[in-house]
Amino acid sequence: MKLRIAHGRLIDPANHIDRIADVFIADGLIAAIGDAPADFTVEREIDATGLIVAPGLVDLCARLREPGNEYRATLESEMHAAMAGGVTSLAIPPDTDPPLDEPGLVEMLCHRAKKLNRAHIYPVGALTVGLRGERLSEMAELTAAGCVAFSQASRPITNNAVLLRTLQYASTFGFRVWCQPGDPYLTRDGVAHDGEVAAHLGLPPIAAAAETIALYTILQLAEHTGARLHIAHLSCASSLPLIREARARGMDVTCDIDIHHLHLDESDIGYFDTHCHLAPPLRARADRDALRAALAAGEIDALCSNHAPVNDEAKALPFNESEAGAIGLELLLPLALKWAREDSIALPEALARITLAPARILDSQRAGHLSVGTRADLCIFDAEGHTPVTRETLTSNGKNTPFLGQTLPGKVRYTIVEGQIMYASDA
Amino acid sequence: MSTPHHPQLDRDGRLQHLLTLEGLPREILTSILDNAAPFLAVAEREIKKVPLLRGKSIFNLFFENSTRTRTTFEIAAKRLSADIVNLNISTSSTAKGESLLDTIDNLCAMHADMFVVRHASSGAPFLIARHLANIGRNDIHIVNAGDGRHAHPTQGLLDMYTIRHYKGGFEHLRVAIVGDILHSRVARSQIAALTTLGVPEIRVIGPGTLLPHDCARLGVRVYHDIREGLRDVDVVMMLRLQNERMNGALLPTPQEFFKVWGLTAEKLALAKPDAIVMHPGPLNRGVEIDSAVADSPQAVILPQVTFGIAVRMAVMSMLAA
Repeated sequence: MKLRIAHGRLIDPANHIDRIADVFIADGLIAAIGDAPADFTVEREIDATGLIVAPGLVDLCARLREPGNEYRATLESEMHAAMAGGVTSLAIPPDTDPPLDEPGLVEMLCHRAKKLNRAHIYPVGALTVGLRGERLSEMAELTAAGCVAFSQASRPITNNAVLLRTLQYASTFGFRVWCQPGDPYLTRDGVAHDGEVAAHLGLPPIAAAAETIALYTILQLAEHTGARLHIAHLSCASSLPLIREARARGMDVTCDIDIHHLHLDESDIGYFDTHCHLAPPLRARADRDALRAALAAGEIDALCSNHAPVNDEAKALPFNESEAGAIGLELLLPLALKWAREDSIALPEALARITLAPARILDSQRAGHLSVGTRADLCIFDAEGHTPVTRETLTSNGKNTPFLGQTLPGKVRYTIVEGQIMYASDA
Repeated sequence: MSTPHHPQLDRDGRLQHLLTLEGLPREILTSILDNAAPFLAVAEREIKKVPLLRGKSIFNLFFENSTRTRTTFEIAAKRLSADIVNLNISTSSTAKGESLLDTIDNLCAMHADMFVVRHASSGAPFLIARHLANIGRNDIHIVNAGDGRHAHPTQGLLDMYTIRHYKGGFEHLRVAIVGDILHSRVARSQIAALTTLGVPEIRVIGPGTLLPHDCARLGVRVYHDIREGLRDVDVVMMLRLQNERMNGALLPTPQEFFKVWGLTAEKLALAKPDAIVMHPGPLNRGVEIDSAVADSPQAVILPQVTFGIAVRMAVMSMLAA
């Protein structure tokens, strides 16, 4: 199908484009920007007057819950959520059941996703077998099956000798290792930041040092091995200088934060709101503010959803017994826009954090930008529109979000994957 | 985000549940203490009963065992003529896989008027309160009988009653709380109530392993040296040291704890001569308190128990009568 997206404000951070321009799509690729190619006959036109035309969003962490946790969500339900959120590429962490440590499993997942024909998936393979932190996974085989990086998801390796070996092995091939820093002993029983709220509510605490100690260890070992590193889901202001110093020493290290840590802090737990039971935990206000500033400055590369559908029953428990996590695929754009609005961030800058930057972390040339000749994945949205967050309006199978009941800025109008309109909504 | 409406007050600011003393308005706190006084006299009568809660069904929901606390609520309910049912749920339905809220729904269907809830997890009574609000059962009241490390409001109230009884007021007092603050719901409720009632100086005394990180955030002065911490105090509130904390990572041995932080006559002598000694029970003699102190005239531990019944009667009658 030959598609013309007419009169929209095209924002493509990769190519420094921010102007009213038409986009022409043919055979699933971007055919031209601005003027139509010579032989182009428009078969379908989208009138994007007043709308923003951006690259499809790239989410670095979306749990689709397959295989193993289909009662929480399915590939199908969460792919729909991705489309509703304008997310056209997403990385899947390996904490499925069983974990993504078998090439066959990864192949099956890729095959299932392809059949659904919605967002492109980027599986992140398990760094160790069963995520047990003992034996190296078959990283070369897993890469051949489709994995783009390796991680332990949120299960840190206890034995630093094993961590060292995984980094050495990954660096042999130039694979990027993703780490979510958390000292296994200091985080074990904790459910909330070791701060005022945990002290008052009597919740088992997790000190900021649990993150910084692990981060320091990871950085030291990565530097020693020359491994390429991505640090996932920072939560503490005190982690930022460590990242800064590592980069100053020339290390290849990227990092992200999630939408919850961009907007919320420990006080949002209120009276034991289990929707705010997250991993890593919501930290102090000062941490949140420092992370926001670092994201604005580009010290934090990307913003992700850290999407984790949890069934109602697992949240309807006392705080420390409830399951951690919140959904975010459909909130990634609205919460990026909310941040941009609150902190006066230029729209192209804000969009770069959820398109170009995460695509670079995934080493993907095909996602996150709208250069002529690349895959036509687009998110067309109304920046002045609104996204109400209710159980009824959310497409994800999970309804677990601290933002339930709020109305957030921005509204996705069209999601286009390889030139196909996969989602369309009214104003 | 703004702090949500406090779930223990109704829209008119009246007490709907008793979940915590933190954020409980001073007038309500004081009125509970005032209402408790006449109930003390009930126990002195030949017939120790008043008909305030006749026909009301109260369920003691103890998801964590505590014979003593359960008994005090049972006695209080019976003296108010309520029908009380004891459920030890740690050995019943949840052990069979039923969720907490399913249990609550079942008891709602049995026309309960009040739940007295003890649970090992902080915040469990808040979860139940939110659920009751969601299903529109505002006719059912909850009394928190201790949730995890968070709160034990009736213990805090009976402690305030005891202090007021012996000291006449709060605004001139220096109060020390000694022992395991970190894991103590009692300490959190005491600190909240003492703060609300205007005690100018609250001290906490204990080792670093048993104090919340940056404990001063709770509005208290922190002492590691018990001798320094007890100097010139009017009230000494001892906490119970749980068995599982005595040996291992938090404390080397109960013997060392007693030697350093145990309350002896010699240490108590540093407090004001008329200082009172309180303890929520059950006592660990020779661990947190020496028998000579526990049995001395300065100890008001048994009156605390008596006052506890009256305070629980006051709370239950204010909620459900």
